[in-house]
Amino acid sequence: MLIEIVDGPIGAEAIVAGMKAGSDGAVCVFDGIVRDNTRGRKTLHLDYEAYREMALEQMRGLAAQAVERFGVRDVALVHRLGRLTVGETSVLIVVASAHRGAAFEACRWLIDTLKKTVPIWKKETFVDGVVWADGEPFPAEFAVQRKGTQE
Amino acid sequence: MLYFGILKDRFGCVEEQVELPGEGNVGELLGFLRERTSNPSMSHEAGGANEQLWRSLAVAVNREYAQLYTGLHEGDEVALLPPVSGGAWRTAC
Repeated sequence: MLIEIVDGPIGAEAIVAGMKAGSDGAVCVFDGIVRDNTRGRKTLHLDYEAYREMALEQMRGLAAQAVERFGVRDVALVHRLGRLTVGETSVLIVVASAHRGAAFEACRWLIDTLKKTVPIWKKETFVDGVVWADGEPFPAEFAVQRKGTQE
Repeated sequence: MLYFGILKDRFGCVEEQVELPGEGNVGELLGFLRERTSNPSMSHEAGGANEQLWRSLAVAVNREYAQLYTGLHEGDEVALLPPVSGGAWRTAC
């Protein structure tokens, strides 16, 4: 499994090519790229930061879970940090599997779960201001203050 | 303590040492930090936003997600994590 956090551009083509093996019938690729706007507000760039060691451990855990849950053969998870401009790849997920169904499902589950649990954040710089992206609510088992609990 | 994302701005630092009176747990540490950062002069609106942030964060102890009852010990690395936003650009809702 290729699990990496990188500070420079992600070479998607080489990674995808390196993931293919004879027993595979499908390689599913998710290439997450920087969009040029949020709700119509024009984006200049994004700055990604991570709790690097923990993020890597979480990503390794997710890849192992994907193999076990969906029965896929191999997973690559690569996330980039630092300043990214419109169109650049922030995250690349590659799933190799004997059959396409498992590859699609694992790929979808990986990006959805990564966005909720892997400690990476982004600051959005627009033409008219800077904000930290809202982020996705943590799954109940990770949030310290669950809904409805008293302090 | 390590702070990430918007919490870096709120706390005005990236990391610091915090001394708790005796052995404690994550809940007590959060209480201590909230007490320290509470600002009576804060507007109702800003206070509400602050409350929202405290309710939404997660805590990691030695790089693993923790709960309020997770015990803390000398030398532990505790991180406050705002809701994460890695991956591709968030879908506008």
